[in-house]
Amino acid sequence: MQNPAAKQNSGANDSAPSTAGHWASAFPIVEREDISAVTFSLTVRHPLMAKAARPGQFVIVMSHAEGERIPLTIADFDAAAGTITLVIQAVGKSTREMQRLCQVGTSLHGIAGPLGIPTPIEASTRSGAPPTIVCVGGGLGVAPVYPQARAWHDAGARVMGVLGFRNRNLVFWENKFRDVCDELILCTDDGSAGTQGMVTDGLRLALEAHPETSEVIAIGPPVMMRACAEVTRPHGIRTSVSLNPIMVDGTGMCGGCRVRVGGEVKFACVDGPDFDAHLVDFDDLASRLRRYGEEEADAMAQWETVCRRAEHTQADSLASALPDARG
Amino acid sequence: MAAKRTIRSIPQERTPVREQPPLERARNFVEVNLGYDASEAAREAQRCLFCADQPCVRGCPVSIDIPGFIRQICHEDHQGAYDTIARTNLLPAVCGRVCPQENQCEGVCTVGESLEPVAIGRLERYVGDLAIANDWARRPYISPTAYRVGIVGSGPAGMACAADLAKAGCQVTVFEALHLPGGVLRYGIPDFRLPGEVIDAEVANLEKLGVRFECNTVVGRLFTIEQMLEDLGFDAVFIGTGAGYPTMLGIPGDSLGGVLSANELLTRANLMQARDFPVHDTPIPLGKQVAVVGAGNTAMDAMRVCLRLGAEQVHCIYRRSRTEAPARAEEVHHAEQEGIEFHWLTNPVAVLDDGAGNVRAMRCVHMELGEPDDSGRRRPVPIPGSEFEFPCDQVVFAIGTNANPIIGQTSRLTLNRWGYLQTDDDLATSIDGVFAGGDIVTGAATVIEAMGAGRTAAAGIVRHLGIRDVRRRYDDGEERIFGIAAHERGHARVREVAALL
Repeated sequence: MQNPAAKQNSGANDSAPSTAGHWASAFPIVEREDISAVTFSLTVRHPLMAKAARPGQFVIVMSHAEGERIPLTIADFDAAAGTITLVIQAVGKSTREMQRLCQVGTSLHGIAGPLGIPTPIEASTRSGAPPTIVCVGGGLGVAPVYPQARAWHDAGARVMGVLGFRNRNLVFWENKFRDVCDELILCTDDGSAGTQGMVTDGLRLALEAHPETSEVIAIGPPVMMRACAEVTRPHGIRTSVSLNPIMVDGTGMCGGCRVRVGGEVKFACVDGPDFDAHLVDFDDLASRLRRYGEEEADAMAQWETVCRRAEHTQADSLASALPDARG
Repeated sequence: MAAKRTIRSIPQERTPVREQPPLERARNFVEVNLGYDASEAAREAQRCLFCADQPCVRGCPVSIDIPGFIRQICHEDHQGAYDTIARTNLLPAVCGRVCPQENQCEGVCTVGESLEPVAIGRLERYVGDLAIANDWARRPYISPTAYRVGIVGSGPAGMACAADLAKAGCQVTVFEALHLPGGVLRYGIPDFRLPGEVIDAEVANLEKLGVRFECNTVVGRLFTIEQMLEDLGFDAVFIGTGAGYPTMLGIPGDSLGGVLSANELLTRANLMQARDFPVHDTPIPLGKQVAVVGAGNTAMDAMRVCLRLGAEQVHCIYRRSRTEAPARAEEVHHAEQEGIEFHWLTNPVAVLDDGAGNVRAMRCVHMELGEPDDSGRRRPVPIPGSEFEFPCDQVVFAIGTNANPIIGQTSRLTLNRWGYLQTDDDLATSIDGVFAGGDIVTGAATVIEAMGAGRTAAAGIVRHLGIRDVRRRYDDGEERIFGIAAHERGHARVREVAALL
């Protein structure tokens, strides 16, 4: 990892693009929080991006020079502090490796963004009344839905939060949501915190309490977003989802992220990632997400072997160093 | 020099270039064309007639003094030859490799009227490679103008524009969306045609001129074109973002697992080094029977990459005949040598599912050529009842690209009806101080045309900023004045006089 101090410009000095980074430069990690055994957040200093970011946008991250480019939704941004925050779930080789190596004081090799079209935030409905918005986050999707909830709250909307986790140990950012939500429904699959049930149950409760709901925003795994779309479809409530197809460049150059929406082919990186949930072809999305299953498993297995070997070598060298130390 | 050369006195045969044997190279990523050595280059340089009317110079989009540098090769003044080329073309090692010379300099060479034309491209590459190996880049001291110019996109157009503006004394910053500079040279053209080290060397040359590269910067998203002028303090902007938005065919099954654009395949293989997976983390789909749809240079690159990744058989599916194929003749020839199977007059109508979301086959139809269309090529017409199943497990679409929408979405620049940027003859856009060139203006074209556009725009920017006569002093004491064309000089004085009055 690069020297983290090399590029630490202050948040105020962001008028020149000096923080964007030379092609060999790095982006310092200034804060890390371990949310659960597999979930962690990284706060990265990037004043220009912190200023440009809007709810609904994402970044492409490369943790090192041989790494892959992975898309991550911007979970929080603070223009004053000059930072953006990413919440990452360690599910495969790249994210597991980041969990291990990305500590405060290290840097990311590359981070490009903010990418995608920002979510439109309107201060009032057609009748002039403040809109009622339900923000649904499932699992890791709780993080990217947060900037949307905050933006709607700041625009004067009534915001209902519906957060779903598998169990109470995985709950995070509850307080951040309480600050920006008028009401919050917390659901856990096993009932260990909040209401017992899935986010769709929470969404149904929110819609019963607020039939005037003007829009639902749902972010989470594809199955969860699809289930939310089916809950709102009979009510005809506008529902927006943030799609997470496989991406490479994230700038509209390769079409790897193409999705079917209303029968048309769209590139999620430049036409989205937010789309009308009632028009999205979720089967197509799921099938495309499975494409690299085997390769992902290979990469993971290979990396675990390397890690184990490195640990053994470290243990060996420690063991061989010990007698000397005693001597 | 000795007796005047004539068409009879010069070596009659074009000096062949050494190449890796086809079946060997088809399985590695090492450069196919090994280039001339000193004696081969000297011999080929003997074939230039130094004819009076120099059609080759006019055939070159950036007007390299071709007889000039060939004469220097004859005199074994290789460094001089490099300086001659570098006066108009900063990327000889790139252009000598990837230009379609048969349609440019070599296509109009006088020798070519009776014999094979002089191998200008190979000679240019020879000089360019020597320059890289010996670090001949000349580092002039350039008197600064205090103007700052931002360049969007680090492909051939942006690099050429950056070079000229740096020589004009501007402080130049190039913004690149990806994590490595080079644009299509980096992500599109594979290593076996253009090694990554050549791009690195050319980028390093620009850095020596004072050009700064900022990667991971998506202009239009991180900041807009308008913000570059209003907030970031740039006096002028050049947009060279290319035409990298791939066209999909829009046939049933084109979102199946094994279907991808040539851009995605090439980006994974070249930029992300997926061929080294899992040493590099990016995976790449590995088909056994690969069908590549299209017959342009991108299709040739995609097919040859698939072979090298280990495909058993790679097929080219093209709806017209070989005569109409847009790829360079040499590329088609190379592909054939390596064992790619061509299926002319064949068009896919659907991609068929294996039941698990992957490709089992394509449904294709045979075509015949009808009347010429707008492009002058005979329009392919399906033959009724000729549909058949073509077994394959991976499909790559290399059927062209469109304008990337990001700049259009996020600025008030005027676009034409196809989404490309509208410019005037100077390559100025609808916003004062913003110029554009290359594929984002013309649609997909060649590397050298993009470089030509970058240089035209740089000249336009120099005039727009009113930069006059910048002094460049080289290490060896030589001085050159960079600046305006002769006819502009009088114009400048008139303007100065008017200002005094």
